[in-house]
Amino acid sequence: MQAPPPALSAHDLACRRGERLLFRRLSFTLAAGAACHVTGANGAGKTTLIRALAGLTTPHAGTVTREGALALLDERSGLDPELPLARALAFWFGIDGMSDGEAIMARLRLASLAEVPVRYLSTGQKKRAALARVLGQQAPIWLLDEPLSGLDTASQGLVSELVREHCAAGGIALIASHQPLDVPGMTSFAIEDYAPADADETA
Amino acid sequence: MIAALLRRDLAQFFPFTGSGAALPVVFFVAVAMLFPFAVGPDANLMTRTGGGVVWIAALLAAILPLEKLVARDIELGFFDQLRLRGLAEEAMMAVRLLAHWLSFGPPLVLATFPAAALLKIEGETFEILLLGLIAGTPGLAAIGLIIAALTASLRAGAALSGLLLIPLALPILIFGAGALARQDQVSLGFVGAISLALVALAPFAAGAAIRAAREN
Repeated sequence: MQAPPPALSAHDLACRRGERLLFRRLSFTLAAGAACHVTGANGAGKTTLIRALAGLTTPHAGTVTREGALALLDERSGLDPELPLARALAFWFGIDGMSDGEAIMARLRLASLAEVPVRYLSTGQKKRAALARVLGQQAPIWLLDEPLSGLDTASQGLVSELVREHCAAGGIALIASHQPLDVPGMTSFAIEDYAPADADETA
Repeated sequence: MIAALLRRDLAQFFPFTGSGAALPVVFFVAVAMLFPFAVGPDANLMTRTGGGVVWIAALLAAILPLEKLVARDIELGFFDQLRLRGLAEEAMMAVRLLAHWLSFGPPLVLATFPAAALLKIEGETFEILLLGLIAGTPGLAAIGLIIAALTASLRAGAALSGLLLIPLALPILIFGAGALARQDQVSLGFVGAISLALVALAPFAAGAAIRAAREN
């Protein structure tokens, strides 16, 4: 049985943080193979949008519909700090049924760090480790929140490469970042375009 | 997924493998050791009050691991990642409850043997104490989990959780220690009943708490 093609769409979405309305009337549809770059200044609501799309928070208004499993990369790696990297990742690989974790670790240049406890990793290394977790999940929809922050130039190129491969294989990627990515055919929108005109406006 | 999660949680919280998780048991035995020095070598007094001291030590030992029980994994994004894989918060918390209890309940019951010897608790009193702890510690674990989940997103969560646990644990303490004073088994039934109700409630309360913690 073939799984239906992945899809992710938001309809008339509005999100608040605390009492403040961050954005409203945000609608988009991403079909299989689509990549979308969300830009915006710090605090504009990129992370809030991603968490609402992931279903972790309830949006203030509007709906999110999705078809297919979802992988989330944010500033929190989900990896146990005390464990050596290979074992911390093995937990998620085990849950996700990923048998070839070593290939993923090699791809993200983590093989030499396998025995290092996660808390000793640098910011960039942690980010690569979290990317390894995302790859291992084999989910058709990727939500990447600031995937480039803390990474060196070579690793930033690798992220673009991974997103290109993921979308070429029919996956969906939504990337919130204030840095540019090199992904052909990627659409983009600025979250500020959906910010309320005045602070008192409600959705 | 549940089995993998339980293995991971146990590795995190179990004494001697997790990070400093043996502390509750050490604390428990330390209280039992210090009590005779504090009240003097009166065997009768110790036999009469020792059971109560063991209960108080158990209660305080149950507070110690609370700080790390839930807050750490919220910060880690651990529960978020499990949620994305379709696991309900209630299931995560049920597993966490089991792991939490296994990490301090059985070790505490074992530690009661040396503690009872130090406090001159013998015979039927010892049996009732042991049965009471077996019946009561799941309830203490459940209260601990609910409080840890509720206070996870608060800055002063750790200090607050100790304060919150004490009044909630009173019913277990009253019936558990009361069974010792009156040497009756009926109170133990009450301890078990309170524990069961709390264990049934805890995954739902704690699950709702960590969902609510995401919204702010």
